[in-house]
Amino acid sequence: MNGHIEVIVEKLIEAFGDSSRVLTEVQDLYSYSFDASFGIYKPEIICQPIATDEVVELIKLAAQYKIPVVARGTGTSLSGGPLPVKGGIVVDFSLWDTKLEIHPDDLIAVVSPGVITSKINDKAIEFGLMYPPDPSSAHVSTIGGNLAENAGGPRGLKYGVTKDYVLGLEVVTAEGKVIRTGGRTMKNVTGYDLTKLIVGSEGTLCIITEATLRLVPRPLATKTAMVLFDEIVDSGHAISKVLRSGIMPAKMEIMDRHSIIAVEEYASLGLPIDVEAILLIELDGHHQAINEEMIRVEEACMSVNARSVIVAKDDREAEQLWQARRLVSPAIVKIKPTKISEDATVPRSKIPEMFQRLKEIREKYNVHLVVFGHAGDGNLHPNIIADQRDEEEMHRVEQAVEEIFEAAVSLGGTLSGEHGIGLMKSPFMEMELGKDGLHMMKLIKDAWDPQNILNPGKIFPEPGQRFVLRND
Amino acid sequence: MCCAMIDEKELRGKLAYDETFSCVQCGYCLPACPTYISFGKEAHSPRGRINLVKLAAEGKISIHDMANPIDLCLGCRACETVCPTNVEYGKILTSAVNVLAEYREKDRSRKEKVLRDVVFHRALTNKNVLKLMGKGLYYFKKTKMDKVLRKSKILNIMPQAIGRMESITPAVKLPLNRQNALSAEKTRSQLRIGYFSGCVMDTIFANVNDLAIKLLEIGGCEVVTIKEQGCCGALQHHSGERELAVNLAKKNIEAFEKYEFDYIVNAIGGCGAALVEYHHFFDENDIWFERAKRFSALNKDISVILSKLDLPFTKSINKNVSYQPSCHLTNVQKVIDEPLKILKSIPGITYIPMKQKDMCCGSAGIYNIVHHEESMLILDDKMAHLKNNIPEVIVTTNPGCHLQMLLGVEREGLSDHVKVVHLVEIIAEACEI
Repeated sequence: MNGHIEVIVEKLIEAFGDSSRVLTEVQDLYSYSFDASFGIYKPEIICQPIATDEVVELIKLAAQYKIPVVARGTGTSLSGGPLPVKGGIVVDFSLWDTKLEIHPDDLIAVVSPGVITSKINDKAIEFGLMYPPDPSSAHVSTIGGNLAENAGGPRGLKYGVTKDYVLGLEVVTAEGKVIRTGGRTMKNVTGYDLTKLIVGSEGTLCIITEATLRLVPRPLATKTAMVLFDEIVDSGHAISKVLRSGIMPAKMEIMDRHSIIAVEEYASLGLPIDVEAILLIELDGHHQAINEEMIRVEEACMSVNARSVIVAKDDREAEQLWQARRLVSPAIVKIKPTKISEDATVPRSKIPEMFQRLKEIREKYNVHLVVFGHAGDGNLHPNIIADQRDEEEMHRVEQAVEEIFEAAVSLGGTLSGEHGIGLMKSPFMEMELGKDGLHMMKLIKDAWDPQNILNPGKIFPEPGQRFVLRND
Repeated sequence: MCCAMIDEKELRGKLAYDETFSCVQCGYCLPACPTYISFGKEAHSPRGRINLVKLAAEGKISIHDMANPIDLCLGCRACETVCPTNVEYGKILTSAVNVLAEYREKDRSRKEKVLRDVVFHRALTNKNVLKLMGKGLYYFKKTKMDKVLRKSKILNIMPQAIGRMESITPAVKLPLNRQNALSAEKTRSQLRIGYFSGCVMDTIFANVNDLAIKLLEIGGCEVVTIKEQGCCGALQHHSGERELAVNLAKKNIEAFEKYEFDYIVNAIGGCGAALVEYHHFFDENDIWFERAKRFSALNKDISVILSKLDLPFTKSINKNVSYQPSCHLTNVQKVIDEPLKILKSIPGITYIPMKQKDMCCGSAGIYNIVHHEESMLILDDKMAHLKNNIPEVIVTTNPGCHLQMLLGVEREGLSDHVKVVHLVEIIAEACEI
């Protein structure tokens, strides 16, 4: 416990000129103690800045009193990014949604960190443009959080992830200096690419206060197909086959048999429950082009033993097909309430093998494991459904998740495709990066934040830190 | 702090602790929550409140630490509609309200106790008192005494909230005489409808009830307003007066069980929500549970029945009309399309969708009186969405929303341009009733 809390609170209120944005009541401290992952860590102060100056002042105070600073958007993180594990100040950016400018001729957007992600795309659409990254929480999450975690989404297959759309940033460093990285141009090779270093650094290097984002022309139309497979391995082959037939779908999402059954029991959509997998494929582009492409997609899928391909005739039918995918989450939590959502990612060619490994893990640990997610880019979402009140079960779940990470890394994949390392996955960093690889990252952290005040306890494992999925 | 004396196990039993585990803290409820949007604090979000209730049940915080966020919840339950994991927020909220009410009982000031007693136990549940109030309001308005009083500033000594509400309360009409017994014979095609008139509704908006009954009759229904019915108990239920609410529910169930109605119909989004959830007032093992469930299944909002009837529209209403749905009609009764369907079928109407119409207006039972300042923050957010496209008429489906929209219109200085009506009133006008 830091003995200077009262002084810091007083100075923060002075700096903000507004006591309503500096919170210390018990109800508030506990309300910023969690995110969408696991664990409750009570901070000592919450503040809600709405200007760069305010962030500068608070960082200077934090540096002076050596108190942790943890940036937070709307707390939708699945890896523990915004958890104040060492206490300190939680900086809630959700009120700072004041700047959302579209510059249509430059194809860019300039945003403040608290802007809700989907609002960027909504605004871009007015100009015939699109902001492609679409994490499923886009209507809740802030762009600041997306930048810090380098969020992905279904469209990642064709369009890439958050980092592919960031041209420049304004950030406040651990010393309280304001710097700008990158710029407003598509091309920029002046010096180190600090922009890309900061995106995905999970609030451990600096605090993002503004971003300049790249927009793309909005596709004119979309078309959706649902493909049924008797063998899950064939669905893996279908993904490669489609991608090698000259077509890049916008989305390729998978549901395994366990998720299909759960959805059927939940909502009776009329999905076949005797198939092993469903692929949902969305094409986007000019309508004539995607009509042609859809025929090729059908051929490609049928050539690798798909049972059948259902193509939506219009947007309304497409909506109905996507409904199945959307209902997976509500359906599976009907079975048990605790959902552990992983995002281990493998090279596309290893998808069939990863499915096999997941099947073995399910049986070995007797856990309720369902697989769905962005199969097209190898970013599967193995989800384990459990009850966090059942200690014995949670122990098996922890072991199963550890083995999922090991499987992904041994197949040449990664611990996390889009959720981030945060607190949850830091014990596995060395497994993927090696001792020296991790050390080089630590050198960067030490150079940017020598006092370790920015989101301490994240990404880098503490000595003896173990993987836990419990709240206590 | 008295919480030290509260037995943790007992508290866990009283709070809907198990239900809190259904929340995976994804935050999808945040953009749907009016208090989160207006206040900008996680503690005032559904996810935040659920977390506080859970922590209180675990003894990690005291019940006083959750009091403020629970008190300031509107109970609109928009979060339930958007929740991807079907968390029973209503149940969690009610459990917290009840626990707070119980432990506060002894701390309440004498004045507050008397006020609660008068409002919940005497006024709302007593038909005669309400009738008297109704008549009082009627003559008050009719004799223009209201203007005299307003000029004399006597009303200013009342709390600001009640003063403001009084200034926008519409002219009161006394209810007409209504059929209160079933006719001996029923024609085969006729729907037999028991009409639930409500208490505040039948005082301030008795004419809406009268118009609703006439429309049902024109549509070929037999409509009976039984005298044995009483207050629905919703306001008491939301305020932690559980025992009283349960007794009121029992009375209504018993009263309507004596008749054979095809439906029990009301024109009050909020009361209707309580009526369709009466079984939630009881434990599943209680013998009243099944009786309540049967009763609840019969209850329908007026718009559901009217949308099935052939309504004789004879007059064109050439106006720009917006619709402000009642949260409890939308999120609890799940009646979403019917009111809009009827509204759009009225000849001449140009329907203007209200931006974020599913956001609560901040009325929420008696919220706009007990939490007036917060309620005005929420109302201002709502009115800001109207500014770009001001309609000539705002249609509502609940007396609370109706009064709040009147207040919103007045605060924006639009009283001369924008009319607020109940859905039933605009349908009646188109049918020239």
